[in-house]
Amino acid sequence: MPSIRFFAPFLAATCLLAGQARAADIQFNRDIRPLLSDRCFHCHGPDEHERKADLRLDRAEGPEGAYEAAIVPGSAESSEVWARITSDDPDEVMPPPDGHKKPLTESEKGLVKQWIESGAPYEDFWAFVPPAKPDLSGKPDSVGAIDALVRRRLEAEGLSPAESADRRTLIRRVTLDLTGLPPTREEIAAFLADDSEDAWATVVDRLLDSPHFGEHVGRYWLDVVRFADTNGIHHDHYRELSPYRDWVIRAFNGNLPYDQFIRDNLAGDLLPKPTTDQLVASGFHRLHLIIDRGTALPEESFTRNVLDRVESVGTAFLGLTVQCAVCHDHKYDPITMRDYYSLFAFFNNFDGEPETGGRAGTDFRRGLQPPYISLADEKEEARLAELTRAADAADAEVAGLKKQLEAVQGDPEKRKSLTASLKQAEQKAKAARSARDDYEVTLPAAMVMKERAEPRPAHLLIRGAYDNPGEEVGRNTPAFLPPLETKSDLPTRLDLAAWFTDPEHPLTARVTVNRFWQQLFGVGLVRTSEDFGAQGEWPSHPELLDYLATRFIETGWDVKALFREIVQSETYRQSSIGSPDDYARDPDNRMLSRGSRFRVDAEMIRDQVLASSGLLNPELYGKSVKPPQPEGLWKSVALPSSYPREFIPDEGDKIHRRSVYTFWKRGLPPPQMTIFNAPTREACTARRERTNTPLQALVLLNETEYLKAARHLAQAQLSRADAGDSVEILQAIHETITAQLPDEEESEAFLDLLADLETLYRERPAEAAELCAGVTVPANRTPAELAAWTLLTSAIYNLDVTRNRP
Amino acid sequence: MHDFEQETRWSQARRQFLKTSGMGLGAAALGALLPQNSHARTGGALPATHRKPRAKSVIFLFMAGAPSQIDLFDYKPGLEKRFREPLPPSVSMGQRVTAMTRGKEQLVAPSMFRFQRQGENGIWMSELLPHLSKVADDLCIVKTLNTNAINHDPAKTFLCTGSEIPGRPSMGAWLSYGLGTMNRDLPEFVVLNSAYWTGGTRNVQGLYSRLWGSGPLPSRHQGVKFQTSGDPVLFLSNPDGVDREVRRRMLDTVGTVNRKHFGEIGDPEIETTIAQQEMAFRMQASVPELTDVEGEPEAILDLYGPEVRKTGSFARNCLLARRMVERGVRFVQLFHRGWDHHTILPKQLPGQCFDIDQPSAALIRDLKQRGLLEDTLIVFAGEFGRTAYCQGTLERDNYGRDHHPRCFSGWLAGGGIRGGIDYGRTDDFSYNVVENSVPVRDLHATLLHQLGIDHERLTFPFQGLDQRLTGVEPARVVEDILA
Repeated sequence: MPSIRFFAPFLAATCLLAGQARAADIQFNRDIRPLLSDRCFHCHGPDEHERKADLRLDRAEGPEGAYEAAIVPGSAESSEVWARITSDDPDEVMPPPDGHKKPLTESEKGLVKQWIESGAPYEDFWAFVPPAKPDLSGKPDSVGAIDALVRRRLEAEGLSPAESADRRTLIRRVTLDLTGLPPTREEIAAFLADDSEDAWATVVDRLLDSPHFGEHVGRYWLDVVRFADTNGIHHDHYRELSPYRDWVIRAFNGNLPYDQFIRDNLAGDLLPKPTTDQLVASGFHRLHLIIDRGTALPEESFTRNVLDRVESVGTAFLGLTVQCAVCHDHKYDPITMRDYYSLFAFFNNFDGEPETGGRAGTDFRRGLQPPYISLADEKEEARLAELTRAADAADAEVAGLKKQLEAVQGDPEKRKSLTASLKQAEQKAKAARSARDDYEVTLPAAMVMKERAEPRPAHLLIRGAYDNPGEEVGRNTPAFLPPLETKSDLPTRLDLAAWFTDPEHPLTARVTVNRFWQQLFGVGLVRTSEDFGAQGEWPSHPELLDYLATRFIETGWDVKALFREIVQSETYRQSSIGSPDDYARDPDNRMLSRGSRFRVDAEMIRDQVLASSGLLNPELYGKSVKPPQPEGLWKSVALPSSYPREFIPDEGDKIHRRSVYTFWKRGLPPPQMTIFNAPTREACTARRERTNTPLQALVLLNETEYLKAARHLAQAQLSRADAGDSVEILQAIHETITAQLPDEEESEAFLDLLADLETLYRERPAEAAELCAGVTVPANRTPAELAAWTLLTSAIYNLDVTRNRP
Repeated sequence: MHDFEQETRWSQARRQFLKTSGMGLGAAALGALLPQNSHARTGGALPATHRKPRAKSVIFLFMAGAPSQIDLFDYKPGLEKRFREPLPPSVSMGQRVTAMTRGKEQLVAPSMFRFQRQGENGIWMSELLPHLSKVADDLCIVKTLNTNAINHDPAKTFLCTGSEIPGRPSMGAWLSYGLGTMNRDLPEFVVLNSAYWTGGTRNVQGLYSRLWGSGPLPSRHQGVKFQTSGDPVLFLSNPDGVDREVRRRMLDTVGTVNRKHFGEIGDPEIETTIAQQEMAFRMQASVPELTDVEGEPEAILDLYGPEVRKTGSFARNCLLARRMVERGVRFVQLFHRGWDHHTILPKQLPGQCFDIDQPSAALIRDLKQRGLLEDTLIVFAGEFGRTAYCQGTLERDNYGRDHHPRCFSGWLAGGGIRGGIDYGRTDDFSYNVVENSVPVRDLHATLLHQLGIDHERLTFPFQGLDQRLTGVEPARVVEDILA
């Protein structure tokens, strides 16, 4: 067992894949390439500078190719590769013992041998050939394409699909998956009562039409593009990007075809007569980390920003670690430095400063940096113009008085009166100016992308150093991918967008549908959703991935249609109940032999508490808000002159907005979020980690806002005129939070708890009073009862089933 | 991504236990029956250390902002007579500078502080460090540390994570990942930031959680930052109106129902949730016990100096660091800010030294008298050094210094390091390394080595590479300074 790769699920998946390889024919891409890539390509791969012995094993043919000297197809015994990997001589054996590469295991060597014996067939790397529609002939009409392809794999593994989950589980699952919120009791009741054939379709359509769909699905995109509210470097000043977030949410809600979504991100500003939305979308290029002026060298900052832009394009659309080629040719994928800087050349022509500016003026307070567009409406613009006129007029009056004063010599009386008037006018002017500025600060505006009129040349940067330019490179796409088509001498970002969304592009659609799949199943079909290259993982269901990708393109990149088709599948609706052995064999459910069960994201943890307790403020869009967090956190990391430096929580119902609107300081994001694996948004993140730690337990137990929410729900249920007895109240609370009713055994456990807590709180009136501080104890109830019900509700929030998508 | 091999193994043990014992036990009883396993994570990724470790724990005293080596450790008497002379181009060799001093004259600013030979071997130390001078025989001063980055943010990120690119695992995360835990109630990696400092409020930069982050390693390896006010660990305290008995009673039911659900659903993650809730409950007791210094004898408090009586002081954090190491915390990292003396250095440096001198000397003495110094490696360093030439006003007793990555000084103590020596030599301007260069990656390699780890064999696959703390450039263990 490899000692370092310690993720048990990873190991299990590897074993499954290896098991499959033994059962079926060897496939180069699936079985051999990952071994060669990991153990050999570093010295015998695409990077010509590192290449040893003039041998490359990533290619069969050519003067340095594997067949030239290293591999004799059909005969392992005659192949140098076989001799080397099985040698006992430390000077001969490959990979070399001092090369920090793990030796091949016996079963890995066996695979290599089998492959050579069978003729050592090479294949083009799967992710770099266009997706092909899988053969579905023979599939009965009653079985959907997704289910048919999943079952092919299950049959090969000797597994069978699970039964459908029960309806309560299903509605909780799909509501969380499509909106990030739990279903209401009314929604549950309606689904349970709907015995029509399209009951499920009705639920799915309702959720896809919900404005919360865009908030939820858009949030994953915001991880990919590292959306945040601060610069992320040095002072970590405020940076206003919220119009971009609003656009993303609107785009998903309006089901903007995804090819247009890509185009608007990449090149919205270059469209003929771009709409405001398209300009806002081009703010994609402004989401990178950025330093404020004063310590770094601007030319270095400039390069850093462009590198960051390229990385976001690499992660978001290519699903490749292109950033590896900043300093050298990629070690594993055929991305050369020239390829990298040819991409770089598309993004280095930004018409703006590479560092954020000083504190003078309103831009700083607004978190803006040119170029930006105003999003103020006509009324607001008019008001601003009026205030500007007033301020200008007041300035003019000051200037006039100054002039008069200069002209008056030797008339002390007049000078005195003029001086007094001037002082007054100056005060007035100052007030008028701040009134104008204060108003301007409240107006919305969006930072956008803009090209310089005179294109900036791009150079290969030697070892990635900003001050070490090599040869000049033109704008182009990586040579191993389809060629770029362009109508002009100088390719533009629009051409690049068209290239990405060409149906023949091997990566864009695959990378996208894989991320959507990951949202719905917890793990992508390609687990490494950020890396589809040679070091990424082979897809668990290659045909399914291709089916989804081609289907997505065919439907005109229709996001909602894709989600609909997936959640309508029987695969999606399977029960996640398994035996411990099932879970041990396939912890992450890569085989899809059951429903996936996984802990929901940080934002959903909080949003679920807010929604189920009745506190959620469902308002859409707008600037970021600051729900309370423990005191002193920002101050402990900020500079004295950071803006903002101190965290001042919002008040009122702003603190109950959905978490997607929470203010994100990259230097220290809200701990309620990061403790549950939300990324800092300092780097593009295509996949979050999902851990289970004591700090998470502490948040759910002790976060005061969460406890207040529990109290709110308890109080509301106790106050209902039709509240009923304790069993009924318990059922209402339990169903509101988990979508399930407690069975007899659970009810008994909870009611025992309730009784004990009531006793404890009766003995502790001061604590009961503290817990009930600021709320009205329902009529006919004591503080001890409300306290006990609050803790009972909190207990249900702390159940594992509540943290999990079922 | 669910959790780890260890936890899976533990889950199996647990399952066996549940099978044989039935499901009716309260969580408290279960916790008591499985004390070793209830932490749910004892082992590290390394099955065994690569060599016999010389240290079990590390206390890293990070001087954020970069202290001036010329005024503290790297004695350059020859500069006295070069006051206000331009730095010879043969020394600066056109090396890059920051935006703050680019294009400006580089005039030599000698240190105004006196140096004296200290300890048996007579190593030079500044008058600003009287207490550390008294423990000179325990110190190994390294004068030839050097780094790649010239600005704070990347340089701090580099020192803490081995890479200027944000998002790589930090030193403590690597150790937690590689070696696992030595205690059952506390995190493996704790971060303590000074809440205040004396040497000027302006000479300071931000800190970022990435400096103690876990990068692509599982996030349980990230540093837990203790707060200087409020709960030492975020969300540690029960809310108002909830006491420990109430919490225990509630957790018992949560555990009971969770266990029932595990029986029905089969997902071992549910068991992890139960274990982590129990760990959280234990931390609610163990962390306040850790941070409560009331029971420390007066003599010990006096050793750390007057500031130890204030929460959030560097002195208090040194004392807490000792208490953590005593309780089996693997890696404690202190951040003390305020060293970025671009101007009026002579006015502001003494206050900074006041903050750290007595407490860090006390830490050495205190660990030593408890027999813990030999198992504890203490490292003291900033992210880079400061220039021999002046930034801003230059007088004999008023000058400033810009960032300088090419050489800087730090010290190590305990944990199998030779005491009473200084190591490495810089040129007459403390500008270039002349002998025995110690790049940051060598410091990292040495640190890992003292904990029994070969830095080339503690790796984690990410972005197609086997990542390691020392990165891809060759790194070496500084054998010369090992005891």
